[in-house]
Amino acid sequence: MVGIGYEGFPRETPHYSFKELTFEAALKAYEDAGVDPRKDVDSFVVCEEDYWAGWSISDEGAPDQLGGVLRPLHTVSGDGLNGVANAFMQIKTGYFDVVVVEAHSKASDILTYEGILTFAFDPLFYRLLNAHPHFLAGLEMDAFLEDHENTEEDCAEVVRKNRENARHHEAASFGGQTSVQEVMDSEVLFRPLKAAEISPLADGSIVLVLASAEKARELTDQPIWIRGIGWSSDSPWLETRSLAEARYARWAADQAYRMAGLERPRRRVHVAEVDDRFAYKELQHLEALGLAGGNRAGALLREGFYEMKGDLPANPSGGSLGVGNLLEASGLFRVMEIVRQLRGQAGEHQVEGATLGVAQSWRGIPTATGGVAVLEA
Amino acid sequence: MGRKWRGTPLTAADIAEGRVATAEWRPEAKYAWSAGESIGRFLEELQEGHLVGRKCDVDDTVFFPPRSFCQEHFVRAGEFVRLKNTGKVETYSVSYLDTDARRLEEPVYVGVISIDGAAEGMGFMHFLGEVEEKDLAIGMRVKAVWKPKKERMGAVTDILYFKPV
Repeated sequence: MVGIGYEGFPRETPHYSFKELTFEAALKAYEDAGVDPRKDVDSFVVCEEDYWAGWSISDEGAPDQLGGVLRPLHTVSGDGLNGVANAFMQIKTGYFDVVVVEAHSKASDILTYEGILTFAFDPLFYRLLNAHPHFLAGLEMDAFLEDHENTEEDCAEVVRKNRENARHHEAASFGGQTSVQEVMDSEVLFRPLKAAEISPLADGSIVLVLASAEKARELTDQPIWIRGIGWSSDSPWLETRSLAEARYARWAADQAYRMAGLERPRRRVHVAEVDDRFAYKELQHLEALGLAGGNRAGALLREGFYEMKGDLPANPSGGSLGVGNLLEASGLFRVMEIVRQLRGQAGEHQVEGATLGVAQSWRGIPTATGGVAVLEA
Repeated sequence: MGRKWRGTPLTAADIAEGRVATAEWRPEAKYAWSAGESIGRFLEELQEGHLVGRKCDVDDTVFFPPRSFCQEHFVRAGEFVRLKNTGKVETYSVSYLDTDARRLEEPVYVGVISIDGAAEGMGFMHFLGEVEEKDLAIGMRVKAVWKPKKERMGAVTDILYFKPV
């Protein structure tokens, strides 16, 4: 990892088209990496979803704002962390030295967010029930709390922690002081899921520059290494996938940890950025990643283990609850944040002495798809 | 014909009259795309009856419609520049069908018009009007015909068509 750049993360960006938003992020990433995209970049990977863009075959609109016209470029219809995996594999072929990954959210352009989510459900089986798509998060949270040793208050704690952390992130839109009681008192929308536990949407673009080991050493004194990466999808059928446990994340973590040779991650990882688009997801994901000593994420949270000053700060950036839901850029945001931490460039939310970090993505409702990256300074 | 296929054929009437189980879903997919700095300015200027482009400071290329960055040099674009509302037909076609593929009584002439002062080949796809089909030609010089000012909305349709000069 040799370059990072972002533009964001306000609730809306009416002054930018998505192309301009992305261009601003790309300029910063290329400056950070010291590369000229027209000369030095061998391939581009853009992660986007046509229905978020409101533009079919939207990959055709992807090259110019990244400097990728007449260069190899492909899109991944998925989260940005999957794009990192694609770039990683391209570099491993030996044919590409420098590969750029981009993902963005222009959520403020979408007038019917719930309508798009509902459209992602199976048309003959689930969709005709005509339920609000977040009912699935309510089902998952219920199953998770029933099966694991966590409580509704633990989930509320996640909101309190992440919004507190986001106060120290320079670009977060939803930082603030929230008490557990305030979260518990917020409207119950999909019991047991409450309004304050759902991350609000935000806009932003993130660009990362990856390079082969040799090229990375040439470009920077401080490369951040991808030690392992993995991704997986659980069954698309709600009845046969696991609702209580995030199996997709566990499988992805197993692959990434195996590649990295990482054992006993809870004791070795210094910082984690995991998907928290709903508060319970953070606990569920920490457990799936082996960062919670089994199913004890709630208990560890209560003991302060995941706080900024704890043994393993989780979402020191503020996560999606504090920074905002960045749609397909959510996973790329988490990778970028781990890179900042490992470089010692996380500013006011820096975790002291972090040299090994984990970033994890989830593609959001209604998916059971996620990825994990292990990064080291 | 004459070959007997196995199975029960379906007709459009079977579906229309509910003799076949169907599921129907109308997606809720609505957007309000931000035009951004360059296209936003371009649309505002159209409402005033002007065409604007934007320069790349590296080699003075003028983008039309204006862009916020140069895709070749990957730099922020420079100044907006006002252009004449004349140009040249780069290519054209005569469309005999409407968007539903029904035959039009009067065919529509569509052309790509490069705008004078903009970079080579940059311009508009727009209608051609006040011209006979037999007179259409690549290389033809044309000029924008605008809607009356009070009917303009800041859209490419603020120009009705381009006519020969």
